Amino acid sequence: MALPSLDASIALVALFPFLAAALAPVLHRLTGAFSGWILALVPAGIFVFLLSLLPGIVAGETLRLAIGWVPAYGLELSFFIDGLSLTFALTISGIGTLIVLYSGSYLAGHAHLGRFLGFMLAFMGAMLGLVLSDNMLALFTFWELTSITSFLLIGFDHQRMAARRAATQALVITNIGGMGLLVGAIVLQQAGGSWDLSVLRAAGGMQEHALYGVILALFVVAAFTKSAQFPLHFWLPNAMEAPTPVSAFLHSATMVQAGVYLLSRMTPILGDTPVWMALLVSFGAVTLLWGAIGALRQTDLKQMLAQTTLASLGLLVLLIGLGTSVAITAVMVYFVAHALYKAALFMAVGAVDHEAGTREITALGGLAEKMPVTFIATAVAVLSMLGIPLTVGYFAKEEMYLGLLSGDWASVVTLIVLVVGNAMLGGVGLLVMVKPFLGEAVPTPKTPHEAPIAMLAGPLLLGAAGIVAGILPDWLGHDILAPGATAILGEAVEPHLSLTINFASPLLWLSALTWVLSIAVFRLATPARTLLRRLSHGLGWTADTVFDAVMFSLIRFSGAVTRALHHGQLEFYLVIVFSGLALALFGPMLALDGFDWLWPTAELGAWVGFSMPDVRLYEWAIFALVVIGLVAVLIAPSRLAAILALGVQGAAVALIFLLFGAPDLAFTQLMVEVLSVAVLTLVMTKLRLDIRDHRPFEDWGRDGVIAILCGAGVSLMLMLVLSGTLDTRLSDLFTATSVPMAHGSNIVNVILVDYRGFDTLGEISVVMGAGIAIMALLRRRRTKA
Amino acid sequence: MNTLIFRTLAPLVVGTMLVFSIYVCLRGHNEPGGGFIGGLIAAASMAVFGMASGVAAVRKALRFDPLTIAGAGVLLAGASGIASLFIEAPFMTSIWLYLNLGDTVLPISTPMFFDIGVYLVVFGTLSSVALALEEESEGDI
Repeated sequence: MALPSLDASIALVALFPFLAAALAPVLHRLTGAFSGWILALVPAGIFVFLLSLLPGIVAGETLRLAIGWVPAYGLELSFFIDGLSLTFALTISGIGTLIVLYSGSYLAGHAHLGRFLGFMLAFMGAMLGLVLSDNMLALFTFWELTSITSFLLIGFDHQRMAARRAATQALVITNIGGMGLLVGAIVLQQAGGSWDLSVLRAAGGMQEHALYGVILALFVVAAFTKSAQFPLHFWLPNAMEAPTPVSAFLHSATMVQAGVYLLSRMTPILGDTPVWMALLVSFGAVTLLWGAIGALRQTDLKQMLAQTTLASLGLLVLLIGLGTSVAITAVMVYFVAHALYKAALFMAVGAVDHEAGTREITALGGLAEKMPVTFIATAVAVLSMLGIPLTVGYFAKEEMYLGLLSGDWASVVTLIVLVVGNAMLGGVGLLVMVKPFLGEAVPTPKTPHEAPIAMLAGPLLLGAAGIVAGILPDWLGHDILAPGATAILGEAVEPHLSLTINFASPLLWLSALTWVLSIAVFRLATPARTLLRRLSHGLGWTADTVFDAVMFSLIRFSGAVTRALHHGQLEFYLVIVFSGLALALFGPMLALDGFDWLWPTAELGAWVGFSMPDVRLYEWAIFALVVIGLVAVLIAPSRLAAILALGVQGAAVALIFLLFGAPDLAFTQLMVEVLSVAVLTLVMTKLRLDIRDHRPFEDWGRDGVIAILCGAGVSLMLMLVLSGTLDTRLSDLFTATSVPMAHGSNIVNVILVDYRGFDTLGEISVVMGAGIAIMALLRRRRTKA
Repeated sequence: MNTLIFRTLAPLVVGTMLVFSIYVCLRGHNEPGGGFIGGLIAAASMAVFGMASGVAAVRKALRFDPLTIAGAGVLLAGASGIASLFIEAPFMTSIWLYLNLGDTVLPISTPMFFDIGVYLVVFGTLSSVALALEEESEGDI
């Protein structure tokens, strides 16, 4: 495979949404209701650009672009496009366009719509970056960005407790996986010798490596948390606390598919071993059935869809676990089919909720008359979910059954699981399609009417796409499935979809069986729901309650630790900190025999030739100023006077810096001195302490000893440092290169903003973080007072 | 502290300090100075302003919450590093442009924007802390 380099436009695909996200709130303020339409142009443009790459990818090309990010750590922004990442990226940007449009209308008039659209676009950027990344560190970064942005999206309605809890839960669970991914990537880099997935894939798998088990476990944990596999599944249904556009995007086609993407991506590197297969197939199967059962238990339309998403994710993981070329083709087609119909269904359900005022399936009925377009869109999506011919869902089902016709008992069991799971999903789909829309009209909280065009465009276009893909199997197979499956498997896969109906094939009968069972599930839904609810009440606990128990014991534990270490007595902290400083200063000096150098030796003449050092008069004056400042601190009649006196000696130190050629340091010292005097004075007046310091003698003595020890320690350390020869290599380098390389003659500043700019970036972030923390503390005090 | 002399002189002092802080920040690459010191001076001027005219006046004059200014500083500094990606160089590689304005050549560079970011962070963070503290002591009087 050739790897032609590419212009930077690919990087823009992942970075542009972030830019748009930053501008979204401003744009919303300027354009109001139109912001959704304008911002939808960003993902639409990305979609069109990606589509223009399709012919090349179909012809077997792969595209790669690498930009050094932090080369020292092997971190590159490298993007890689093959059939798999292109399919995902197309889905993300395509559905993303419709979702942005939909959000603008769904949350129209909401005060924070601009912020919402910003979060949404940032999330989209993270997701695009994730599927396009080649470098594992970049992939991890984007992976975590999806966690953070989805946290913001799920908790968007942050005044509600349930939304906050769901957001935290999703963040905690997916971050456990994120840490797994980071460690997994590092171990994989150590074992395989590269950060780049394309290099690792080309070099051959890691299946024989001694660390295979560790790498596999870490990556599987990462994928399972993100894709909500049993038993880490419970955050996904809770995430339905998010506004519906978020659910439609995150939980149908994007975020939860990140795990599926990761597993597909890792298939050539880690796949095709008995462990891989056993893990993925068993957990996938359990998740499939668990989600399907969960869906039957619900009456909230969004919850039903969420649970079927869970089931579909299980199904995809199961198929990846099987790993045959037919199963992988099934992964691709099922992913596309699921993304299309699930996003459409979520959007349609959101429209129902928006216009009728409720999502309870028992409280809805006969909406088809009032909302015919929504009904048609829902029906098309559900037909695809059922796998009726002429929809893309048909091929999804055919492919997955086809992969399991070999006849040994393991595939028979898997086949039964798939048929049962599909039948239950189909039954739930029928419920979603029939109950709210057909039958008797039921009075709803709002008078239902058709949703605005921006909210209908999504379901209609996605439904149409599902049908177009369903009646053009050659195009679908050749342009989407084959490149994707080839990318996963690393070997050429031939598409073989066709619409020919063969009555002799067992596939047709399996499909027919699935449909019959779906109808049976639909008929028996109400008694089944009652039974399931009774069962779950009988069980008494769920994964959710376990999560709560773990979180609460964690909070209790950290509370106990905090109470032990952090008891609120400032004096005691200071004693600990400064005793620690004294130890840190004297410990190494004693251990490394540092004092030997400081003792006067015979060669020095043993004090005989002691003479006044050659110091000018004004230098003496400054030293005198320091000493006066110090004495004034010690004899100060009040605390305020002591603070001011401390400022005097600080200013004198600044003068010393100035005289000895460090004007930058002097400047900073002076400003810090002024500010600290000002701030300390403010704090002091606030604290309303006694103006005098009444400490008992033993405290006074202890503090004095510690102060003298620290002061002496620092002085001795400085003398030691100065007695050695100074290694000037670095400063010589900086002096020599600062003007030619960084165009600045102030070396201190050049180091800060250029040579070590990355450190400075970290430092100012810390400064800002500290500022936020201080503000939080001050505000807390104020509300208490 | 609220003497007439102080209240009269404070605006002059504050204005001078602010201009000086910007001057110090911008000349920092070649002469002593830079964003950190500039930010400190500007923050100190805000503290003085607050003592003279009250925190409410400072907040009104600033228009933005100081912490927002600090946040913008972090963003600006980070963004100045991203610019280099567009010339396919590693993150935070400096870019220099020389604007020829007839008699003088004005250098514009990403480190300059980075330094302005540092200035904003230091200024924003310290002013927000100083103002919050002053607000508290005002409440006591």
